[in-house]
Parts: sequence; C-alpha cells; structure tokens
Amino acid sequence: MAEKTTQYYVPESSPWPLLASVGLFLIAIGGANFIQQSTGVGGNEGSMGGIVLTIGVLWIIGCLFGWWRDTIKESIGGLHSDQLDRSYRQGMLWFIFSEVMFFGAFFGAMFYARWLIVPWLGGEGIGAMTHELLWPDFQAIWPVTTTPDGRTTQAMGAWGLPMINTAILLTSSVTLSIAHHALLAGDRSKTLIFQGATIILALIFTGVQGYEYVHAYRDLGLTLDAGIYGSLFFLMTGFHGIHVIIGSIFLIVTFFRVVKHHHLDGNNFAWEAAAWYWHFVDVVWLFLFITVYWL
Amino acid sequence: MADHHEHHAPTGWRRWLLSTNHKDIGSLYLWFSFAMFLVGGLLAMVIRAELMYPGMQVVDPDFFNQMTTTHGLIMVFGAVMPAFVGLANWMIPLMIGAPDMALPRMNNWSFWILPFAFAILIGSVLMSAFGPGNPPAPNFGWTFYAPLSTTYGPASTDFFILSVHLMGISSIMGAINVIVTVMNMRAPGMTMMKMPLFVWTWLITAFLLIAVMPVLAGAVTMMLTDRHFGTSFFDAAGGGDPVLFQHIFWFFGHPEVYIMILPAFGVVSAIIPTFARKPLFGYASMVYATASIALLSFVVWAHHMFTVGMPLAGMLFFMYMTMLISVPTGVKVFNWVATMWRGSLTFELPMKWAIAFVILFTIGGLSGLMLSITPVDFQYHDSYFVVAHFHYVLVSGAVFSMFAAVYYWLPKWTGVMYDKFWGEVHFWSSLISVNLLFFPMHFVGLAGMPRRYADYALQFADYNWWITIGAFWFGISQLFLLWVLIKACFLKKGEKATDEVWEGADGLEWTVPSPAPFHTFDTPPVVK
Repeated sequence: MAEKTTQYYVPESSPWPLLASVGLFLIAIGGANFIQQSTGVGGNEGSMGGIVLTIGVLWIIGCLFGWWRDTIKESIGGLHSDQLDRSYRQGMLWFIFSEVMFFGAFFGAMFYARWLIVPWLGGEGIGAMTHELLWPDFQAIWPVTTTPDGRTTQAMGAWGLPMINTAILLTSSVTLSIAHHALLAGDRSKTLIFQGATIILALIFTGVQGYEYVHAYRDLGLTLDAGIYGSLFFLMTGFHGIHVIIGSIFLIVTFFRVVKHHHLDGNNFAWEAAAWYWHFVDVVWLFLFITVYWL
Repeated sequence: MADHHEHHAPTGWRRWLLSTNHKDIGSLYLWFSFAMFLVGGLLAMVIRAELMYPGMQVVDPDFFNQMTTTHGLIMVFGAVMPAFVGLANWMIPLMIGAPDMALPRMNNWSFWILPFAFAILIGSVLMSAFGPGNPPAPNFGWTFYAPLSTTYGPASTDFFILSVHLMGISSIMGAINVIVTVMNMRAPGMTMMKMPLFVWTWLITAFLLIAVMPVLAGAVTMMLTDRHFGTSFFDAAGGGDPVLFQHIFWFFGHPEVYIMILPAFGVVSAIIPTFARKPLFGYASMVYATASIALLSFVVWAHHMFTVGMPLAGMLFFMYMTMLISVPTGVKVFNWVATMWRGSLTFELPMKWAIAFVILFTIGGLSGLMLSITPVDFQYHDSYFVVAHFHYVLVSGAVFSMFAAVYYWLPKWTGVMYDKFWGEVHFWSSLISVNLLFFPMHFVGLAGMPRRYADYALQFADYNWWITIGAFWFGISQLFLLWVLIKACFLKKGEKATDEVWEGADGLEWTVPSPAPFHTFDTPPVVK
C-alpha cells in the first residue's frame, strides 16, 4: 500500500452521484407504477413498472459497485488521510442515527397504538362515544387479535423460534466482536473464521424469519391486513429484516476484502462501519423482541 | 499523487453534472431553489387569481386543491430547504477554513436527487393540468393528512410518496455532510465557540434534519402500505387511527419549520454585526438559544392539532412547551436589536433585508404565540390567520433572510457588486407588497375565513382583492431579483468587489479573493 497522504482528498469529479440519482429516479417511478400495477389500485395497468423498477435496482447496484470500487482504490492508493477517515466514520455514525430515527417512527406508532388508540377504541377517556356508537364489541387488549371491524388473527408467540432467533442474532454480535479484536490484532485467519461465523448466523437468522413469515400467513392468520398488530408486526420486523440483509451483504463484502488482505493494517473504516451497522441491527432487534414479540 | 489538488477547474457540462466542488454544488442548489421559488410562486398566482373575487372564475375546486398542495410542497422542499443547503455549501467551508465539504461526491448526490424528485412531483401537476383524463396531482394539502391521502388520495399519491422518499434521502445526506464538515474540517484554532453563527445554526439544523427526515420517510411508508397492502396504521376500523398520522407528520413537521428558520437566524446574525460595525451582542446566548429552540421543537408538535380531540393534559403540555419557545426566540430578537444599538449603522441592501427580517419575522412570531394558546387556537385553527402567520415567518422571514444572504455574499461569489438600483427596487417593492399580501390575511382569518377553500363568503371580498394585488405585485417583484442575479452571475457587470467587500465584515470568507477561486483553503488558515 502506498504511503498515506496528509492532504484532504477532494476527488476531481465523479460520474457516480449523477448516475445514482438516475437510478433512484428509475426506482421511484418504477416502484410507484409497479405497486399500482400489482395491487390494481389507481387504474394503472401494464407491466412497465416492474421492468423499470428492476432496471433501477440493477442500475443502483452497478453505481454503488463502481462508486465504492473508486473509494477502495483511493484508500489502497493512500489518498485517505486520517482526517478523511474521521469524516467517513462520523458520516457512518450519523447515517446510523438516521436509521435509528426511521425505526423510531414505527416504535412511536406502536406505543401510540398500544397505549392510546386501543384503549380509546375500547371506550376509555375520549373514546367513550366512538366505542359506544361504532364498535361496542371491541375489546381493548394488546396484541389486537380482533380488530374493531371484526378481523381476527393469532398473535406471534415469543418463546419458540423467535427466542432462538434472538439468541442467534446476539451470538452473531459476539462472534463479530471476536473477529473485530482479531482484525485489530492483525490475525487474518481468526478474523475470517469469526466473521464467516457471523455471516452464517446472519443468514440463518434471515432464513428463520422467512420461515416465521410463512408460519404467520399460513397458520396464524397473521397478515399485513390483519389490523394494526399485523401492520406493525410486518413493517417493523420487515424493515429490520431488510436491514439484516443489507448488513449481511456489507459483512460479506468486508469478508472478501479481508480475504484480499485489506483492513489488516489499521486502514479499516469499511470493516468497522459494517460492524457498527451490524451491532445497530442487533440492538434494534432486542427492542423489537421485547416490545413486539414478548410484552 | 501529492499534486492531485492542483488540477484545473473542469469545464463544460462535466463541471456541473459531475461536480465535487462545494461552490459549484452550492450554486446549483441556489439556482435550483430559485427556479422552484418561481414555479411555486406561479402556483400561488393561480390560487390568488381564483381568490381575487368570490365565486368560481379561474379553476375548478379540485384543481385549486392541487395548487394549494403543490405550492406548499414545492416551496418547503424545493425552494426554502435547498436554498439554505446551497448557502451552507458555499459558505460553511469558507467560514471554517476547509478545502471543501467533507464528503464531496455525496454532496453532489444530495443535489442531483432533487431535480429528479421534483420532476416527479411537478410532472404530476403538468399531467393533471394539461392532460385531460389524467388523475389529479396531490390534492390533500401539503400536510397530506390521512385519510385524504390514503383512502381518498388520487393515483398520483404513490408517485408523490416516492418523490418524498427521494427528497428525504437528499436532505439526510446533505445534513450528514454539513455535520461532518463542521465537526471535522475546521481550520486549526477555529474552536466551536469561535464559529460564525451561520455555521452554528446550520450544525443544529443538520441535526434536526437527520432526526426528523427519517420519521417523515416512516410516515409516507405507512401511507403507502395503507393504500396498497391492507395495513391499518391510519384506519380506526383495523385498530389504527388517522390522528396517528398527524402525530407522526408533525413530529417531523415542527422541527421542519425550524429547519427552515434556524439558518435564517444565522444569516441575519452575520449581516447585522457587519453593518452595525459591532460584534454580535450575546454570541454565546445565541448559540444556546438556537440549541434550546431545536430541542424544544421535538416536544411541541401537537400544537398543530389542538382541535383533533386530545386529552387535556396533552393540550396543556403542548401549549406550555410551545410558549416556552418564545423565550429563546426573544433572546435572539433582543440580541439583534442590542447589536444595532449605538452601532455605526449603514443601510446597504443586505442590512435592509436583515432589518425587515427582524421586524416581520417578529410579527410572525407573535401571531405564533397567539396560536399557541389552546383555547384561542380553537378559533384560529385552519383559518387564514394561520396562513398569515406561517407566511410571515416563511416569506418575510426565511425567504427575506435568503435575499439578505444573496445580496451580502453575491459580491464574494461573483466578484462584482449587485446592481444597486434594481436591488433597491426589488427590496422596496417586495417589502410593501409582502405586507399588502399577508397582513390582511390576519383580518379575514380572525373574521372566520377558512384556508384551502376555492371560494369564500362575500364579506371577505375587499380584503381578498387587495391580497391578490399584493400577491401579483410580490411575484413580479422577484423578476427584479432575477435581473440582478443575471447581471452579476452571467454578464459579470457591476462595480468590482474588493476581497473584504464590506468594510465592517469579519470572518474567513472575506480573506479570500472576490470572486472566490475554485479551490480555497487547500492549506488550512490558522485562526487566532
């Protein structure tokens, strides 16, 4: 690796931001059309949406691939000063904070539903007349297994597979920490073993979640349209699942970079960013397990 | 690779499309926001043309609803927010002695997402206006309350939702860039408490953006799934609540209004000391006041929804918290006045705009204080009084501060002085017309005229005629600014500006040449 610069690196120009914006545009118009065409709402017919969406997703993947290839080359080429490294690290931390706030919206919705909406629909406080006149049979219990308009579902239990899956995800954080210490010590094979274990645990977690969704739809009647409980359950665990998949890809990429002998010399921002992201996903899961599955 | 920073400025389309330069990206942001300001202004002209006389004359009510909705969305997300990001891009690296923004490529991505996002939004307006048979553009108000936007939202709503996602991605990345730049790129000796107040206010604004734009993304995502996948977030029959939408929206929306005003405070705090030839009075208290306003903004959101029927304890809490905001805001206004007190005042154009800002923003602040009182709000809610309030803080507040900023820094950006004559015309014409436009709205609002209707009762006719005159006058006045900008930016005509530009100006941005060269502070200056 070339010697590190102390000059702050300002790239000359780059096609990726503009191309990535085109990709997001394709995803947005493709996505909106695809959703309308596949759900039959809005009188939008055809199959153009799915095609544009697919092109957009592939386009973005290509852009990110090219963009990050450029930054990895810069990093190996010694263009990243310590100050730039701090910029990347701080940027990643603030990005994770924005993700925390995104999940915060859904956690906020859940607590508002549990603590306020459901009791009001059950006739408490300001909800007395709503209950009396609209849905006198509605029982205010959480999870809402019978909605005010009479849709029913079963709740997802906490102590079977979800509990095991929680253990799997927590273990993956531990193995990742061991890999982290090994990386800092420059122990490549130990890093690869434990990071590989983390990735395997991550994939198992995702697989079990998929199985749980099938179980929910087939056996429990727990679906997206089963009322507020199903809505919250699937959007919260679903967005968590998407983040698990993104985090897994991130870990796989840095795994192969370690295979190629990157990151072992202390120039390890990408590796640590992936690890931070993984721990974040893990902490979100803990809150999910406690509030959505357990209590 | 040691000499990689000595490259020459790229030229042609590459310079603008592939830019990694904070000044070029700042200019792109500023021109984009000015274009959106004119587009949003055109929509406002449609609204005012319809309301000039009682009865229906110009458009049908559904199209009127599309105008109020998209006018609000374009002005908030397309005009005001990108304009401040443009100022941040241009000025923060210059003010803290940094070579560029911390993450230059992401900076360009933040910008280039916006034209695409607004192509989607404006596209739905054009399709609705000029394509008979097309679904209407978003028509549920800029706050897109459920169930208007879920059960009853037109087909364009889904495109609107995804364009909001794009705007959110852009804002979050822009804000991350600002925070990292301020925290990590300051020149040696530029301690936090030496930073210009514009940098401070933007640092806090960026924090607000990262905290609330994801919440907006969550809200529109729930809308999308409610519309298409059968979820019940905003549907009481499934155990949800339409009011939940309002809570989530305003948890974003109230910090959002401070996102649009805190950088304005920073601009005014830069300009007034220059033309009073005195340091800013109470610098530290300004920093703490800004931080207090930002923190309080997270616990006042429900004052936008006093009439939805929330528990008494909730109304009291949100009322008192809202009133509390007037304390740090008052600190700011008094500090600006104290800065001018016994200063050697001169009244160049930036100072005129800044003083107009202080007075007119204070009017908007005081009507806000009236609205914060719950029982009073019951009467004012959704009336033109509210419209008057937020246009005083946003137009004669945020937008005036942007005008102040443009006149203040234009010589630094272009190297030439603005055209003083047309600048004066722009100022006085805007100042008079903006009051003719928005002040009578207080009266018709208090008398009971509701907002967002295409028609009104006969007793409001006289005021509305004058309001419309003011609106068209204000709209036309902005063409004077367009001419001032064309002359300075493209024709480069005007008195040559010195490096310092203003004799009382203080700060690193005045130590670099005018116009500021493509690269500045490649080696950081040392701040004593």
